[in-house]
Amino acid sequence: MEHTLPPLPYAKDALAPHISAETLEFHYGKHHQAYVTNLNNLIKGTEYENLDLEAIIKKAPAGGVFNNAAQIWNHTFFWSSLKPNGGGEPTGALADAIKAKWGSFDDFKKAFSASAAGNFGSGWTWLVKKADGSVDIVNTTGAGCPLTTADKPLLTLDVWEHAYYIDYRNRRPDFIATFLASLANWEFAAKNFA
Amino acid sequence: MQAAIPLRPFVRRSLLAALFAGLMPAAALAQFSLPPLPYAPSALEPHVDTATMEIHHGRHHKAYVDNLNAQAKNIPELAGMSLEAIQGQISKYPVAVRNNGGGHYNHDFFWTIMAPADQAGQPSAALETAIARDFGSMDEMKKRFNEAALTRFGSGWAWLIVTPEKKLAITSTPNQDNPLMDLPEIQRGTPVLGLDVWEHAYYLKYQNKRADYATNWWNVVNWKEVSRRYDAALK
Repeated sequence: MEHTLPPLPYAKDALAPHISAETLEFHYGKHHQAYVTNLNNLIKGTEYENLDLEAIIKKAPAGGVFNNAAQIWNHTFFWSSLKPNGGGEPTGALADAIKAKWGSFDDFKKAFSASAAGNFGSGWTWLVKKADGSVDIVNTTGAGCPLTTADKPLLTLDVWEHAYYIDYRNRRPDFIATFLASLANWEFAAKNFA
Repeated sequence: MQAAIPLRPFVRRSLLAALFAGLMPAAALAQFSLPPLPYAPSALEPHVDTATMEIHHGRHHKAYVDNLNAQAKNIPELAGMSLEAIQGQISKYPVAVRNNGGGHYNHDFFWTIMAPADQAGQPSAALETAIARDFGSMDEMKKRFNEAALTRFGSGWAWLIVTPEKKLAITSTPNQDNPLMDLPEIQRGTPVLGLDVWEHAYYLKYQNKRADYATNWWNVVNWKEVSRRYDAALK
C-alpha cells in the first residue's frame, strides 16, 4: 500500500512563537515527507509492500525500512502531542498515575526534562503506559518507537536537532521547557491512557 | 544521564602530594580547554556559514569540553591523559566520558581538517597514490565517503581512516564515537578526515539537505593537514 503524509492537525503557524512556521515547513513538509517517500520506495516489491505502517514497524529489522516507517509514525504521533495553547497539567486518571509514579506533576516535569536533555544525539522522549498500568518515561534513539515494546505511548517529544535548531539552536533545555509549559497536548495523552 | 563516580580521596591526595613534591608538572593536572578556531568563523563561507561556525564551536564544542572537565573532577586520571589516549581506552569509562570526550576530540579534529577554500591545497603525492590504490580514484573515495555521511542515520560522523594494516578505509560512527575508540561496534583506525553529520553542523544553512552540505564541504577540506595526518598515521 502507498503510504501518505497525514495532514498536520493545525496550521503551520499555529504553534508560533514556540515552534515557528519555518520549523514546521521543514520538519513536517520536508523531514516527515521524506520518510514517507523513502518508505514507499523501499518497500516496492518486498514483503512489506502490503502491510500497514504499524505492522511494518513491528516486523522490520533495524535498517532503512524500520527507520523510515517508525519515523513516519513517530512524527504523526508527535504532531498530536502538541497543540496551540497547550501545556498545563493533565487531569483525571492520567494525573493520578503521574502522581503515583513521581509524587507530583512538578517532579514528573523534572524527570521528563532530565531524560529529554540527556537523550544524547538524535531521538525521542516518551511518556508511556506500562503493561501493569503505571506510567514511565522512556528515551529512544534514532527512529526507536515504543510500538516494538510492551509500552503504550501516551505523549512524545522529538529531540532530534531538526525539531528545534531553527528556533532554539543548541538550547535543547529551553525547547523542552517550552514543550511542557506551552505545547504539550494532555487531552491527547489522557485519551491514549484511557 | 551518568551517575556520579564517587571520589577516591586517596587518588586525589596522592596526585596532590606528587604535585607539591614537584614530581609531576602542574600542566598534567590542567583541565581540558576549548581550542581557538584556526580561522575566523566566516572563513569557510559560503560552504559552512558563520553563524553555524560560531554556535558549533562556541556552544556545542564548549559544552563537550565543560562536561568532560566535570567528569575529570571525579576521574582524576583523565586530566593526565592525552585526548587520543582517552579515546583508546574509552570502554573503561562512564558513557558521559565517551560522549563528551568523543565530542571534544572529534570537534578539535574537525576544525583542523578544514580551511578556507582558497587555502585548501591539494593532497600530497603519497596520499593521492594511497587513495588511487585503495579506492581507484579520488572521485570514488569522495563518493563512498559521502555515502557513509548520508546513510549515517541520526547523529554521527563519516571518516576516512588509516587502518592498522596501513590502508585507507571509509567508516562512520554514531553520535560522538570515533575510530580511535576501543568499542566492539567500531571499525578502528587513525582518522585523517572526518565530517560531522549531526544536524547542528549544517541545519542553519542546509536544513534537511545533508547531501548538499556533504558535497559543498569538500571545498573547504584542508588537504595539507589531511596529508600531514596521513603521513603521521603511517609512522
